Amino acid sequence: MTDQELIWRISGGSGDGIASTSQNFAKALMRSGLNVFTHRHYPSRIRGGHTYTEIRASADPVRSRGDGYNFLLALGDSFARNPQEGAVYGNEEIKPLSENLDELREGGVIVYDEGLLDPSEIPNFDERVEENDWHVFPLDLRGLARDMGREVMRNTAGVGATCALIGMDLEHVEDLMRDAMPEKILDPNLEILETAYDQVREEYDVEEVGVSVPTGEHEETQLLMSGSDAISYGAIDEGCRFIAGYPMTPWTEVFTIMTQNLPELGGISEQVEDEIAAAALAVGASHAGVKAMSGSSGGGFALMSEPLGLAEMTETPVVLVEAMRAGPSTGMPTKPEQSDLEHVLYTSQGDSQRVVLAPGTVEEAYEQSRLAFRLAYEYQIPTILLYDQKLGGELVSVPKSHFDREPNPTLGKTLTEEELAEQPHSADGKFHRFQHDAEDGVTPRSIPGQKGGRFLATGNEHDPTGHISESPDNRVAQIDRRTQKLEAIRADLDTVDTSSYAGPADAEYGILTFGSQQGTVEEAVDRLNDAGVSVKSLGVSDMLPFPTEEVEAFVESVDEVLVVEMTASGQFRGLVQKNLGRYGEKLSSLLKYNGNPFEPAEVVDGFEAAIVEGDGDASGHQTTFVPAAGD
Amino acid sequence: MSTFSAIGEEREIDRDEYTPGVEPQPTWCPGCGDFSVLKALKQALPEVGRTPEETLLCTGIGCSGKLNSYLDTYGFHTIHGRSLPVARAAKLANPDLEVIAAGGDGDGYGIGGNHFIHTARENHDMTYIVFNNEIFGLTKGQTSPTSPKGHKSKTQPSGSAKEPLKPLSMSLNAGASYVARTAAVNPNQAKEILIEAIEHDGFAHVDFLTQCPTWNKDARQYVPYIDVNDSDDYEFDRTDRVEAAEMMRTTEEALYDGEVLTGRFYVDEDRPSYGQEKRQIGEMPEEPLAERYWDDDYEWERSYDRFVGKHE
Ligand SMILES: Cc1ncc(C[n+]2csc(CCOP(=O)(O)OP(=O)(O)O)c2C)c(N)n1
Ligand code: SF4
Repeated sequence: MTDQELIWRISGGSGDGIASTSQNFAKALMRSGLNVFTHRHYPSRIRGGHTYTEIRASADPVRSRGDGYNFLLALGDSFARNPQEGAVYGNEEIKPLSENLDELREGGVIVYDEGLLDPSEIPNFDERVEENDWHVFPLDLRGLARDMGREVMRNTAGVGATCALIGMDLEHVEDLMRDAMPEKILDPNLEILETAYDQVREEYDVEEVGVSVPTGEHEETQLLMSGSDAISYGAIDEGCRFIAGYPMTPWTEVFTIMTQNLPELGGISEQVEDEIAAAALAVGASHAGVKAMSGSSGGGFALMSEPLGLAEMTETPVVLVEAMRAGPSTGMPTKPEQSDLEHVLYTSQGDSQRVVLAPGTVEEAYEQSRLAFRLAYEYQIPTILLYDQKLGGELVSVPKSHFDREPNPTLGKTLTEEELAEQPHSADGKFHRFQHDAEDGVTPRSIPGQKGGRFLATGNEHDPTGHISESPDNRVAQIDRRTQKLEAIRADLDTVDTSSYAGPADAEYGILTFGSQQGTVEEAVDRLNDAGVSVKSLGVSDMLPFPTEEVEAFVESVDEVLVVEMTASGQFRGLVQKNLGRYGEKLSSLLKYNGNPFEPAEVVDGFEAAIVEGDGDASGHQTTFVPAAGD
Repeated sequence: MSTFSAIGEEREIDRDEYTPGVEPQPTWCPGCGDFSVLKALKQALPEVGRTPEETLLCTGIGCSGKLNSYLDTYGFHTIHGRSLPVARAAKLANPDLEVIAAGGDGDGYGIGGNHFIHTARENHDMTYIVFNNEIFGLTKGQTSPTSPKGHKSKTQPSGSAKEPLKPLSMSLNAGASYVARTAAVNPNQAKEILIEAIEHDGFAHVDFLTQCPTWNKDARQYVPYIDVNDSDDYEFDRTDRVEAAEMMRTTEEALYDGEVLTGRFYVDEDRPSYGQEKRQIGEMPEEPLAERYWDDDYEWERSYDRFVGKHE
């Protein structure tokens, strides 16, 4: 069992370097030919507090964090140290060890820093070790690091010990260190790494440890990418050169990546006074002829509903990204949830028109970021890219060729001055920006500064020239035209592969999901089929316009459907039911809203309990089952 | 033909060019001060040499926001209080545009107050005209941030307990590099100040006193006015922050005692505009970003070539 995958968890306090250490180790595993998937767990505080990152590595494709893990490196003690004063914050001394034991698999490995952690404070530690057949290695990582360099380098010692225990040679880790570290700290780090490695191999019988690193080989070079990276690169490839924002976790990641890169690409990034301004800036830049984006997380997006409506009414293309975290209000800043779905679909007044896409994987995050820009500019409509803290932060190995795409900086139906001169109605000096009769609802636009293209954009209802109008006929014509765009977009989306299917086509049961839960559900589907349950899944990405026909065909083709989502109220199920108009009696919900994403086993258990056994008791996990209801 | 050939065109400009071909029925009340802003702008823009097609006028919501309907330029009638963020992004996207933002006192100093402070602070190169009638006009006469203390309205029936906001001092303190006040009843000064404001390289804030005969019954509230730059009674150096601040304080207090002081209060020609600052630190391209989308020869960089390596 343990030969097939390594799930390595590194735990400690925020500020212990958990993120950078795990990122490098994940890269080393990826370079050794494995597929990797990382999962981050962190509290909403800057220093101290218990945090961990998990890396799952396997020769087979990995689509989720998996269930549990088999190697724990308890590195810190959740204290944050102030190096100047020797002061410590926080009082969660044994948490990096105690908090993680529940999920450690049988036969797993524990390496802890005995310089910092004392397991005798953990109730029944020895009994649990024995019961679970864990292999425990107390090592003085801190002392070792202090002797050969500086105390903070104990993470390097931990990685050295890990490699010794799982039988991984140091080559890739050393390469990465050489690439990343300045000479001054490289040498002591290399020394610490090797010493820890040798010490473990000398002192312990590592053969006895059942956990080893699997072997694998990639057909092509892989990249370690997060959802936030993928969204940013998608935007850049689609020609986005303007971003405005205000920090809010977890959207800040995209904002930061874009800001770090745009100036060099000749673009502009603006951190502004609030989210209303941020979205309004994106609208202003787009109006002036630039591809622009903004974004936020729940509370910040709430402030954007005003400029979002303005973009709809003025038909100004703009892309907003919404990175969901648990709400309402400031909710749980560092914990994922999918409960902003309805907020994003329905916020802003009036019969409004927008596009909402929810990618399910890092690969899709790149594709759909590009798609969001294409749709926004081709159809002159605001487009929202909806994802969550999980997808934004997870690092996944993706084939390099996936990103090898041509840029597309086109602005959509925008007239040149020559074309403007030929417009019949520009003779009277007034360009008819919002004509009634457009084939797919999209009327070509002009850009301020162009000759012959003068028009007024206004958030009030307006006539073809852009002037405020309350004429009933005009109102109907304008609303109908704007709405017509959504039909054209639906048809366009049907030509793009945005849905993800898994499992046998003729399966008896179905699972529907959206966004970041897609990979986890697909893994559960594989396991269920292996266990003899005939089930398939559909990960939906188009939230608005909704792929009604496709989802209906899926629901029709099976006896029962479980809808899996990270909300307490079944928002996605509601959306499915609203669009399908019936089939309520076929749809049950599996919900999770404790701040953690689903693990595959929870979906498997939930599915078996709810659908196969029919009692709906998915107990043992913090999931909720809501049975089907008639329409 | 270039992409934005309207920009920088040098020719005689007739002020009638700014009048919409089919003129919408004005919705402003007879005697409204807003007519004077429109007129002053129509006079100022040709004198500065900017054509309607290279001018982007961004307004907020209110009677003042209707300016966009009567001045025929490229326009963006935005939402209540949000003209500035839209305007300044357009300016960043295409610095060659002549960008003017306008709105009321409720719009700019109330709901949009935060944007006002920050736009002034950043010193964006644009003109911001606030139609200050000390009242909410469009929503029928509620108290505004510049209404005098004790002002009675349907929403403040016992008289406002709030001190009025001091817009001139506010923008000076926030960082505006040009601050002036003019009045609808003073068309010549209004025109001159708008010309200066438009030509100024930086955030030019013009507090434009506009009477609202409908809700502030006294249509003569801003007469007689005094131009502090012409009067021997008010000696101050408008390039000196301290003196300017003192003069503004006097002005803002005097207004509520019935003394209308107008003029240029602060002019800083040395402070670079935000766009210049951003270019200097390499955060903004030299050429207007908006032009890049029309340049067939421009090589668009791809993420693959630039970033992919760091993820291997
Ligand atoms: C978000 C929002 N809140 C309120 C309104 C209603 N509203 C429209 S105009 C206005 C006040 C306008 O007053 P002012 O800015 O002083 O302009 P005036 O009409 O006096 O020119 C208000 C409150 C709105 N349109 N949007
Ligand atoms: S209500 Fe006042 S501000 Fe509005 S148009 Fe009438 S006079 Fe002008």
